[in-house]
Amino acid sequence: MANVTFASITKQFGTVKAVDDVSFELADGEFVCLLGPSGCGKTTTLRMIAGLEQPTSGRISIGGEDVTDAKPKERDIGMVFQDYALFPHMTIEANIAYPLKVRGVGARERAARAAEVAASLQIDQLLARRPGQISGGQQQRTSLARAVVHKPRVYLFDEPLSNLDAKLRLEARSFLKHLQRELGVTSIYVTHDQAEAMALADRVAVMDKGRIVQIGPPLEVYHRPATTFVANFLGSPPMNLLPVRLEGDAFHAGPLRVDARGFADRLRGVAEGSELTLGLRPEHLRLGGEGDEWTVPGHVYAVEPLGPESLVTLRVGEGLVTARLFGDEAPQVTGDARFAFDPKNLHLFGADGRRIQVP
Amino acid sequence: MKLVRHVLARVGFYVLAALFAALFALPLLWLLFAPFSAKANLAVALPDPFTFSNFGKVFANSFAVRALFQNSVIQAVGAMVLVTLLATLAAYALSRAPIRGRDALSYGLVLFSSIVTGTAAMVPLFLLIFQLGLIDTHVGVILVFTGGLLPAAIFIMRDFVDSIPRSYEESALVAGASPWGMFRDIALPIVRPGMMVVGVWTFVNVWGGFLVPFILLRSPSKMPAAVAIYSFYTEGGTPIITLTTAYALLYTLPVLALYLFVNWKYGFRFFGGIKS
Repeated sequence: MANVTFASITKQFGTVKAVDDVSFELADGEFVCLLGPSGCGKTTTLRMIAGLEQPTSGRISIGGEDVTDAKPKERDIGMVFQDYALFPHMTIEANIAYPLKVRGVGARERAARAAEVAASLQIDQLLARRPGQISGGQQQRTSLARAVVHKPRVYLFDEPLSNLDAKLRLEARSFLKHLQRELGVTSIYVTHDQAEAMALADRVAVMDKGRIVQIGPPLEVYHRPATTFVANFLGSPPMNLLPVRLEGDAFHAGPLRVDARGFADRLRGVAEGSELTLGLRPEHLRLGGEGDEWTVPGHVYAVEPLGPESLVTLRVGEGLVTARLFGDEAPQVTGDARFAFDPKNLHLFGADGRRIQVP
Repeated sequence: MKLVRHVLARVGFYVLAALFAALFALPLLWLLFAPFSAKANLAVALPDPFTFSNFGKVFANSFAVRALFQNSVIQAVGAMVLVTLLATLAAYALSRAPIRGRDALSYGLVLFSSIVTGTAAMVPLFLLIFQLGLIDTHVGVILVFTGGLLPAAIFIMRDFVDSIPRSYEESALVAGASPWGMFRDIALPIVRPGMMVVGVWTFVNVWGGFLVPFILLRSPSKMPAAVAIYSFYTEGGTPIITLTTAYALLYTLPVLALYLFVNWKYGFRFFGGIKS
């Protein structure tokens, strides 16, 4: 177990900066998710920690020891790959025991420890088979077993659940969280699935174009997104973003007009006529009537009943605004309608996409 | 009417198929029958009278026996080991190392080796081997065959190596393996079917190669079977059919045995790809 420090790391492939001056620190035993769209540099970041890529500049240390130039085998890490990367010519037992074999552990102890780890992951009845003869979920557990068998200081996960089907993925997610809590090993987890990141991580680092846009506990990142990118990336469906212009004491966008008087403290320093973005989480919207003070009017675009909740989408000006309405019955709305919201739930972003908050 | 036409078409098809089959089968049958016949000619006929005496005469020819069981084996196995080893390492490097223009290099290799045929290159090759002082040595023959077969062998091997996902190697490295350990434990076992194909292919090529040893070797004691088979010709230059076929039958057996062994042990695949 160890802390991990990433000090102003840059990785350049030709003229492309895959990772651009990224710094962060993981406390011992912490679980951090790197979250972002494909091509944002999250996998490259992980591979640099593993030693599979060399940073162009910056230092990486694990457990206080500088490993920037160390070979993968000198770093004492366990890694789960997206495609599991199980060795097709070896049995499950040999796969799990491989990290022990290269460390010169004797055959008898190897077998015992592989059996022990396999039992804890409930794959002990598969030890004699080969990777081609077991299911995707079992392969995933095997690759997990191989990553933990030598008790490494740090676990690295590269989208380990993305090859599983939806049901298995949820199961594996709970299992991973449980396992990580139990073992308490520092873990870095790469994913493009915001729900996975939210569910698993102690802290989420949202990455975009090679940089960390925001890093913090999942709920903080969710409730106080630093930029429109983060706001749009987290949540399902994501936050509604409405481009508006500040005129007088209201936000305007075509026919939409939202009273701005309640936001005086936040709008201090924002010039009249500024282009802003309003953000509203779908779950903070409800169907409103004439009597509501804060509303977004529009025309019903779609109603999607999902069981315990329904998604209602209104066309508002040029854009679409979606609300998550809770309740077993799908709401009966057609024609013109309006969503009401509580002004404390309104997010404000400046022209540069950054969050505007009370100084 | 329709039925008749259908039947005729079927019959025609089978006749044609039988003719083609005969075209390929007859020489093989002849090779199987003629050695056991006391007086064989170029026609396919059941051995009459049946005899093993042709093999007795072949084994009495110590030059031919030595050519088949020693010289051919040395040259074919030598080239097989060298080509398989070098092609695997080269293909691995070409597949993995970030070399600029490595695809062009691989294709260029194959193109050159197939355009510049052995025969056309024989004079410069002879001069080269002469200057190296390797005329009339097994090493000279092995090196020339290795050089000629290596480009195509590398090309075949690259397909196998390219088909190994890099994550296999990376997961071995992260698990703590050294680069050599990773190559030995992961890459090598996975490309083994490819090595078998290349190995057998090299063996067959050298085993049947006539021109290279004929030109590069001087002493009868070093000639391989492909050359030694001429010792069963009369002074006038006509083959003694009973003896040449007996020798030829013996000559084909090692290749057949090698093929069967490899197929039984590893299975043949002429393409890369991992079934996982």
